Amino acid sequence: MLRRIFFGAVAVGLVACAAYAAFYIAPEERTMGTIYRIFYFHAPTAWAGETTFFVCFVANLLYIWKRKPQYDWLGVTCAEVGLACITVVLITGPIWAKPVWGIWWTWDARLTSTFVLWILYICYLLLRTLVDEPERRALLSALFGVFAFIDVPIVFGAIRWWRTQHPAPVIMGGAGSGLDPVMKKVFFFSVLAMHVFAAFLIVERYLLEKTKYDVELMAREAEAR
Amino acid sequence: MKNLNSIFAAYMIGWGVFFVFFLSIVKRTNDLRAEVERLKKTILKDK
Repeated sequence: MLRRIFFGAVAVGLVACAAYAAFYIAPEERTMGTIYRIFYFHAPTAWAGETTFFVCFVANLLYIWKRKPQYDWLGVTCAEVGLACITVVLITGPIWAKPVWGIWWTWDARLTSTFVLWILYICYLLLRTLVDEPERRALLSALFGVFAFIDVPIVFGAIRWWRTQHPAPVIMGGAGSGLDPVMKKVFFFSVLAMHVFAAFLIVERYLLEKTKYDVELMAREAEAR
Repeated sequence: MKNLNSIFAAYMIGWGVFFVFFLSIVKRTNDLRAEVERLKKTILKDK
């Protein structure tokens, strides 16, 4: 318990430091001004969400292969944490877009593929509520999770393959892209902070799933008596 | 500092979403712990 509280404190401390760095250390951006500082929350949260969905994908594959309940717990855990991250991305994006683009939303490739990703993982979680039998639920959701992950590389590639409303990538964007060195340091620190925070949420949510499994076992034992 | 309200809104709503999600985990965990205690009592009573 003490270790979990310590982990939580470290995660919250890191995101607080990242927010401080975003406001007080990162230099002002020439064209957007102060509003661009949402970037240090929006993009790292998106990265953390996509990493979490990748872990979900690996857990789903491992469940299909090994059929161990622990992989199912990890799959649903990462789906929920990733969904929370993408929800934040879909909220902070339009708040950033309105003053910069003059519109809250447009159906461009990146925005649409991210919205589809959000819908897919909501479907993943809904699917789990429709099946009562644990093994069948785990297998069906693992299969659906593998399918849902197909959208993650599309989200990543959307701003590289198609030039629409969303800005071109400043990280891994090829020639002509890039960030000021201080901006880059603040950005990667924010990415680290959001990943640690996501890992903290994953640990907490995983323990909940484990407890749920224990309750199911105990309920079956109580029913058998 | 133009658009400071928008930045404040983005951070507050964003962290609000994470906070509500974390609270939901804590609530569900507490509910399950109560259920574990109830089931333990049921199993012990039947022994």
